[in-house]
Amino acid sequence: MIVIARLTVRELVRRRVVWLLAGLTIVSVALVAFGVERLVSLAREEGLPELEIRVGVSQVLILIAFMFSFVLAMTAAFLGAPAIGGDVESGVALALLARPLRRIDLLLGRWLGLALVVVAYAVASGALAIGVVTVISGFGPPQPILALAFLAAQALVLMTLTLALGSVLPAIGAGAVAVVAFGIGWMAGVMAAVAAAFDLQSLAGAADASRWLFPSDGLWRGVVFGLEPPAAALLATGRSPEGLAANPFFALQPPAPAFVIWSGIWIAVVLGLAGWRFTRRDL
Amino acid sequence: MTASVSSPVIQLSGITKRYGSTVALDGIDLDIGRGELVGLLGPNGAGKTTAVKLLLGLARPTTGSGHVLGAPLGDRVARRRIGYLPELFRYQPWLRAREVLTLHAELAGMPAAMRPSAAAAALALVDLADRADDAVGGFSKGMQQRLGLGVALLGDPDLVLLDEPTSALDPIGRTDVREIVREARDRGATVILNSHLLTEVERVCDRVIIVNHGRIIASGTLDDIVAGDGVRIRVTGLGPSGRSALDAFGPWQDDGEWATFRPLVADRIPDLVAAIVAAGGRVHAVEPGRGSLEARFLELVGHDTDTDGGSS
Repeated sequence: MIVIARLTVRELVRRRVVWLLAGLTIVSVALVAFGVERLVSLAREEGLPELEIRVGVSQVLILIAFMFSFVLAMTAAFLGAPAIGGDVESGVALALLARPLRRIDLLLGRWLGLALVVVAYAVASGALAIGVVTVISGFGPPQPILALAFLAAQALVLMTLTLALGSVLPAIGAGAVAVVAFGIGWMAGVMAAVAAAFDLQSLAGAADASRWLFPSDGLWRGVVFGLEPPAAALLATGRSPEGLAANPFFALQPPAPAFVIWSGIWIAVVLGLAGWRFTRRDL
Repeated sequence: MTASVSSPVIQLSGITKRYGSTVALDGIDLDIGRGELVGLLGPNGAGKTTAVKLLLGLARPTTGSGHVLGAPLGDRVARRRIGYLPELFRYQPWLRAREVLTLHAELAGMPAAMRPSAAAAALALVDLADRADDAVGGFSKGMQQRLGLGVALLGDPDLVLLDEPTSALDPIGRTDVREIVREARDRGATVILNSHLLTEVERVCDRVIIVNHGRIIASGTLDDIVAGDGVRIRVTGLGPSGRSALDAFGPWQDDGEWATFRPLVADRIPDLVAAIVAAGGRVHAVEPGRGSLEARFLELVGHDTDTDGGSS
């Protein structure tokens, strides 16, 4: 498993994927820095209260995080889909699995290597963006480490799903299904917020169930919670509690510990099912 | 059809493999012993690649059982002693040739200290030593196939499975492969050569197994398969009635001026010639003995296909 994990990381470095991601991160963070600096400067020139500016900065940061989480999800999907599926289609897997290598070790090794890169990318890029925004605006999110942890976990969930699908489906199909699942999960999160605002119990229940089925959006709520200012600060700016509850970019509470534990179990279960199916597949 | 060999390296019993309604292998029984160089022949879709994949555990039999190197099919430990060149030979294009071999040496469980020398030896064997530090992605198909052959022979495995090992090679490369597989056999390895190139098989293999429609339709030494008792006669001037009179000598193949009778015991050759002359034919040449593997292959596969009432 470790051999395959090392091979996977080396592949991503050798094929310049890591350097490409680093370059894109620097460009996107530079753009974020420019935008935030202009917004904060204009707001201060207009004489807006510092509390409003702080809330505004946090909302911009959450929007940036949302876009970044989307990019991260796409990256995880594009990396995960061909990791097994591509090797099977191209024939590379035939030579590898003719060796005394268990199929589950190929799967877990691929997962571990990709997980290292995806988590490193999420943490490094996220930390850089948060750090730059904090330095420029003077306002930092209350729990940046929590936000980064949930961001990385969200990417891991999507990468796991894509990798697992890639072990039983063609790579392109696995990527497509995972991206659609990510989108549906996020839409379910929006529906959950709307349901909470309008007290629609059945819709809220369905949306909540979807989060347990595919924990991507539930983990995204953890990112939001880590980046936003305390609810008291938001309420002090005149925002209504109902409006906050309906806002998909607001989370009153972090994900419950049970949900976080379930997300870990979910990853293990999906990998286990993929391993079970992949082990029985004729190559 | 079963060929018995003492302490078989490969032993298959009643192996059937179905993909949905398609029967890829249909009740294969097979024994192959240590140090044999065996050619596995068959038309496209005959089941050759499926058979090789079953030996490696890359596919599972639907029914039947088998052992490779004394362990059940697909056994992980046994795979340490097997080298494999897939028909679809693809290696990580971003790795250097030396790194591909080192990776496979590590996966095969070779001690770290031995890997560099084993990789260098394998590269030298397939004439890629001077390209050891080039990325595989820049290799031609022929070079990639040579690399795959090096991977298969890395660490002197006891069983070498080569699926179409010369499909991308030029005539020089094919000659090299013949030499390489002979050397592997001479050091005691069992080599299975799965190929469409009958001349390649004819030149190197000790034994030939012909597969069609998932069944073994012939198995034996080249002499067993090709020669048998038979004769080729060049005849002219023989009319339809004269030709039908020759049916009395058993099955024969009419190729215009050439007629091939197999089987036919040598004692009956004078009678056959006399019968031809009596029927008005003129005999220009009589060639007793061995035909070509290609002719025999076409004969066997064609007969098998006719019997099945279909084509492969």
